[in-house]
Amino acid sequence: MIEAVGLTKRYGAKTAVHNLSFQVRPGTVTGFLGPNGSGKSTTMRMILGLDTPTSGHVTIGGHPFRKLPNAPRQVGALLDAKAVHGGRSARQHLLSLAQLSGIPASRVDEVLGLVGLQDVAKKRSKGFSLGMGQRLGIAAAMLGDPQVLLFDEPVNGLDPDGILWVRNLMKQLASEGRTVFVSSHLMSEMALTAEHLIVIGRGQLLADMNVKDFIAANSTGFARVRTPDTEPAQGEKLTSVLSEAGGQVAPEPDGALRVTGLALPRISDLAHEAGVRLWELSPHQASLEEAYMQLTQGAVDYRSAVPPQAVPGVVPGGMPGGVPGGVPGGLPPQGYAGDPYAGAYGPQAGAPGPYAGQPGPYGAQPQGAPAPGPYGAPPAPPQQQPQAQPQQHAAPADPTQQHSEDAR
Amino acid sequence: MAVASQVLTSEWTKIRSVRSTVWTLGIAVVVTVVMGAAICLLVKNDFDSMPVRERLTFDATSTAFAGMGLGQLAMIVFGVLVVGGEYSTGMIRTSLAAVPQRGTFLFSKITVATLLAFVVSLVTSFVAFSVGQAMLGADLRVGLGDPGVLRAVFGGALYMTLIALFSMGVAAVLRSPMLSLGILMPFFFLISNILGAVSATRKLGRYLPDQAGQKVMKVVTTGDDVPYGPWGGLGIMALWVIAALIAGYLFLKKRDA
Repeated sequence: MIEAVGLTKRYGAKTAVHNLSFQVRPGTVTGFLGPNGSGKSTTMRMILGLDTPTSGHVTIGGHPFRKLPNAPRQVGALLDAKAVHGGRSARQHLLSLAQLSGIPASRVDEVLGLVGLQDVAKKRSKGFSLGMGQRLGIAAAMLGDPQVLLFDEPVNGLDPDGILWVRNLMKQLASEGRTVFVSSHLMSEMALTAEHLIVIGRGQLLADMNVKDFIAANSTGFARVRTPDTEPAQGEKLTSVLSEAGGQVAPEPDGALRVTGLALPRISDLAHEAGVRLWELSPHQASLEEAYMQLTQGAVDYRSAVPPQAVPGVVPGGMPGGVPGGVPGGLPPQGYAGDPYAGAYGPQAGAPGPYAGQPGPYGAQPQGAPAPGPYGAPPAPPQQQPQAQPQQHAAPADPTQQHSEDAR
Repeated sequence: MAVASQVLTSEWTKIRSVRSTVWTLGIAVVVTVVMGAAICLLVKNDFDSMPVRERLTFDATSTAFAGMGLGQLAMIVFGVLVVGGEYSTGMIRTSLAAVPQRGTFLFSKITVATLLAFVVSLVTSFVAFSVGQAMLGADLRVGLGDPGVLRAVFGGALYMTLIALFSMGVAAVLRSPMLSLGILMPFFFLISNILGAVSATRKLGRYLPDQAGQKVMKVVTTGDDVPYGPWGGLGIMALWVIAALIAGYLFLKKRDA
């Protein structure tokens, strides 16, 4: 159990963490989310007694870290995968850490096997890929077989295989009753790994709740309605009818309508009364990604200078962080299909998970089948291409951002 | 104490498992011995043409240590890399997360590095002396049994060790190997020598760590007007070292890692 009370850290005039209070409980994976520079790593360092809080305190099992008896056997941490001497072999690195904590050398070979580095154990870590470095860092964290584990961005630089491995490892560690605290700027990853979320932005607590509650509280459901493309008048008619009935109607890039404030049966009834035919009427729930983006939009420190509106093909408000509730148009499924997450999302489509029960673009899209455009409509390539691009700049939580994080 | 012995074991593993240890210490030995031998050989050949004054104050022991001025630079690199490497790689966070007792960590680390540096320095000092005397030939050489010689040779080992130790303290303060080397190397290679040679700053220069410490390696002190003896000089150097280590400790203790 990690407990922070009123944790504050100032560096001169800049406040990195402000009055942060939270608890991380054993037995679950707790995700620690926030945009880059929001104070995640600072908080992690304060938990480990590396940085001294300006005010407030944080304890592990009731003790401040520096007062913990036999700390390395109780707490394991991965702070920075590159924080190794490149000239030292993986085994020697782990051996020195094991000796530092009074852990027998046999445990070193054990964890090397656990993370799958036994074949390169004698190699100097200078030549390791980022993914291998992460595995080495995870091995170091697990050396003492600790009850409390902290991981700062553990999936950075891992391939899909590695990501899946880390995810299962975290869940397994938590199921053994350990406290697992994982920071990430990747909402999508946390949605699959964590059960509980602590979200911070600009060093302040934004949310501390269950993943499911988080989605429910931070995203609004809406209905997508399509009238026949061939008869634009029908769309206009429906728009006015729905507006009169108290709904908010917004056009979507592909000509469909996004309706909020009206239940689906009511929309159907209204359309029927108005004599408008519907080609589509579907319920949507904003994803965790969008909920996160909405929550943190005011708290992003490093935003791209390129205004999203200036990019052709993107409807204002269609970008993440634009309209409350988020717009799926801002997160085209193509973004996932082409990246390492594609595989990860596959099995989730049918399984109960954070995205289950959401007939949104993620759940409804049959993976593997050629994507028939984002909305099941005839593809509109000129629109999709430029859309994928600005994502990288504007959305700090977008999976594609991962690559620029890697380059750090 | 258990923690200290754990850190000592760990640090021994760390220091053994990087190549820089072998390189820096190896270069310190080779440069000190070879340079000393070469200068002894030159002196032997030119001795008869040297001015009388220089011939009278000729010190066979310290001539054999002429290579130490360069060799000590490798010792500085060794000291800086042992401590600074923790910071430049980021290992320091992992280490301090494992050993929250920062003082124990730092001083155990320094102990291991210092012991290793001392063993290497001792070998260097005796080898440099022996080789140097062999080069000087039967007319000029002195033996370990001559007055003050054993003290000078042993003192040479202490001097090199203290140089490494001083560098470790400075690196703990500055936390960056590049910055530490950028300050220490020119200081010991140039600035200290210049301050000691210029008449205006000579009185100040002789209290600098290296100039004070080098006094211990001199046997013939005719015409030497420094106000301290060989051990006094080494003592002054030791004070510098202690100050650097205390500063390093305080910085490590107070600062965020």
